[in-house]
Amino acid sequence: MVMSMEQPQGYSQQQLALDQMFKDINPALSARQAGIESSRCYYCYDAPCVTACPSKINIPSFIASIHADDLTGAAKTIYSENILGGSCARVCPTEILCEQACVRNKEQEKAPVKIGLLQRHATDNAKFVGHPFKRADATCKTIAVVGAGPAGLSCAHRLALLGNEVEIFEAAEKPGGLNEYGIAKYKLTDNFAQKEVEFILGIGGITLHTNKALGKDISLSQLKEQFDAVFLAIGLQDVHSLMLVNEAHPQILNAVDYIKELRQASDISELDVPKDSAVVIGAGNTAIDMACQLKRLGTEEVTLVYRRGSEHMSATEHEQQIAKDHEVRIKTWARPEHINLKDDGSLKSLTFRKTYTEDGQLKDSEDSFEINCSAVFKAVGQKFAYPKAEQLIPTVSNGKIATFGQQVTSIDGVYAGGDCTGEGQDLTVEAVQQGKLAALAIHHQLNQEA
Amino acid sequence: MADLSIEFAGIKSPNPFWLASAPPTDKAYNVERAFEAGWGGVVWKTLGEDPAAVNVSSRYSAIYDHNGEVSGFNNIELITDRSLEINLKEIEAVKKAWPDRALVVSLMVPCEEESWKKIVKLVEQTGADGLELNFGCPHGMPERGMGAAVGQVPEYVEMVTRWCKTYSKLPVIVKLTPNITDIRFSARAAKRGGADAVSAINTINSITGIDLDKMSARPMVDGKSTHGGYCGPAVKPIALNMVAEIARDTETMGLPISGIGGISNWRDAAEFISLGSGSVQVCTAAMIYGFRIVTEMQQGLSNWMDSKGYKKISDFQGLAVPNTTDWKYLNMNYKVVADIDDDKCIGCGRCYIACEDTSHQAIDRKVREDGSVAFEVIEDKCVGCNLCQITCPVDSCIKMEQKDADKPYMNWTQDPRNPYKDAS
Repeated sequence: MVMSMEQPQGYSQQQLALDQMFKDINPALSARQAGIESSRCYYCYDAPCVTACPSKINIPSFIASIHADDLTGAAKTIYSENILGGSCARVCPTEILCEQACVRNKEQEKAPVKIGLLQRHATDNAKFVGHPFKRADATCKTIAVVGAGPAGLSCAHRLALLGNEVEIFEAAEKPGGLNEYGIAKYKLTDNFAQKEVEFILGIGGITLHTNKALGKDISLSQLKEQFDAVFLAIGLQDVHSLMLVNEAHPQILNAVDYIKELRQASDISELDVPKDSAVVIGAGNTAIDMACQLKRLGTEEVTLVYRRGSEHMSATEHEQQIAKDHEVRIKTWARPEHINLKDDGSLKSLTFRKTYTEDGQLKDSEDSFEINCSAVFKAVGQKFAYPKAEQLIPTVSNGKIATFGQQVTSIDGVYAGGDCTGEGQDLTVEAVQQGKLAALAIHHQLNQEA
Repeated sequence: MADLSIEFAGIKSPNPFWLASAPPTDKAYNVERAFEAGWGGVVWKTLGEDPAAVNVSSRYSAIYDHNGEVSGFNNIELITDRSLEINLKEIEAVKKAWPDRALVVSLMVPCEEESWKKIVKLVEQTGADGLELNFGCPHGMPERGMGAAVGQVPEYVEMVTRWCKTYSKLPVIVKLTPNITDIRFSARAAKRGGADAVSAINTINSITGIDLDKMSARPMVDGKSTHGGYCGPAVKPIALNMVAEIARDTETMGLPISGIGGISNWRDAAEFISLGSGSVQVCTAAMIYGFRIVTEMQQGLSNWMDSKGYKKISDFQGLAVPNTTDWKYLNMNYKVVADIDDDKCIGCGRCYIACEDTSHQAIDRKVREDGSVAFEVIEDKCVGCNLCQITCPVDSCIKMEQKDADKPYMNWTQDPRNPYKDAS
């Protein structure tokens, strides 16, 4: 990637030590491995992997470039569709996207081309002279992007590329969104999220404002007034609860908060790590990330409990395998029923009710069991919460911002993308695509008017 | 278990696998290791007149396949750079120690009768089984009037062969250069000169590639390079053709051929033998993997022969020669059409795009309701060219099926569409 390999300022030795503990779960390919792997691509016509890629990267083309020893060309092919190709190469569930679609799954071989790792090889090793893309002539339009996560960054980059001026408003201290705060540490190592943001902003024409939250420091009506268009990429801010007595207990934690804390920690001693046992409730990638990270931090027993069967888990089989590899105990068909405290008020255990399905409906059985634990991490899903103080609110449907094609919201000139909308499965790559599509729609709209 | 032993131009060998004249046969140490490993014979690296040749550094370069394996190999090494005396002493000792193995000595001296007369006598005294005349070396030696410079002129080939046959009782094998327009001319010349056999092919003039940083070909000698001799798996198709040309030429038919060129395993060897070769010579494969590969070569050839009921090498030697013919004798009434097995198809679309862009637009691409694609051959448009089958990465997914099987044989000389029918 076009960025200095030096650590950004404020990246301490302790942080490096912590990174070491959370070494890359999926190490990069060597040049030799990449050469051999790239030769496995059949260069399909109308390739199914491209169809399966939410951001429509021309996969056979970039793999052909890798094979022809043109990593820079390969990376440019990737970035031209997905400017966050570096983090997507690391966090994409390729096993259910491009790699699942790979035709090499079908024959006797049953082994897809390692597209994700090849994408990483290209983006990690490309050598651009300057930024890979040149900005178009200035349009004299300015657009506000709310949220510096994958959707916001992707939108901002594409808008800037097309000649627009962009200002990004980010509530957190650092840009990157989920990549900075929400992905397991072992998936994005070496401060990758910040390096990637630096690279994206390298195109120019983008001003980043951090610590600027919607409904607090800025308001949508204000942005609408000051800018030619607004793109909302505010993600999911709230978490679901278990609806149990004692849930407010300090040892009952939200997994996303803990992951964020862990990602930002510069010293392991800053973290409160449960020693003996912990329970993680949930079935998604956050639950898996949480459970595995606890194991790496040294928690003796980690049990992940889910109310349905493993086949219903939203974490893919690949993710579940990662949990098993970390010796996480996975218990299915049980829902938490009671939070039990000791006499001194500390957490004792969780009581679970065994469940089953009848005609598709989840039912309680008569059996229950108890797991002793010193901490509980809730990973039962995040939800959308629009800032309460905001006056101007786009239409919300099924709990998320409704979009009406081309990322348009119910408010004129306001677009939305990423997890805050009801589109897709809340994958990083989908957020990137929605940001890109929004940028194209905004640009088209603004220039048509002109 | 099949009998692999051969008698080639009067030279006996326990199996048909010989090491070609090259670095692996440059001295006793290597040759003895080769015999220990099981090679049936060797052609000792080319001897010349003293003072011995002097070599440069470096000498080899290669091209690689997709997996990084060597597919073509190139060298700019000359004939032996050790003295004639040492070589002759070692040849004598090795032959004594390994009487059952074939030991042929490769030779190259200036195109003068006296030089050849002298050296064949010296070699004869070592007890070696035969001579191989190196008329092929494409680099260094031709500049001195030897190697390919001789091999490219049929009259010289004939003349030198005759000298050797005159002054030696040993079988003479003439090694032919492929750097010519028609191998048959030099093969015929060898036969006229009295050669007992020919061996083909020697290496092909080549540049394997350019180092784009240094802007020089490889192998590089202090920043400069020169063309080398190409060998290895990549040259096999050229070699097979030349062997076939010699095998089916009316003038050279029956002349023993020692097949050389990219032989890396038993199957390659079987192919050369089926086109008439009586022995095969291997070099590149041994240089890449070591002498031990002869184990699998012998085993594989023997197992295959058993499976086919061939008891000895001569049982299948040359069987493919009558089926190698001129284009004009091919059956104009034979027609094949591609058929795609939908169950095996993985949907890569390579057959489709290859046919669509570069052939006859004979494959139909259909998108099914579930979004997957199916490919179907449009029989009327298919010319049976094989391109789709070649591009298909799945084993036996595309088959070429015969059509109009009831039509009789008719070649181009008989075809009414041939405007020169009467002349051909």
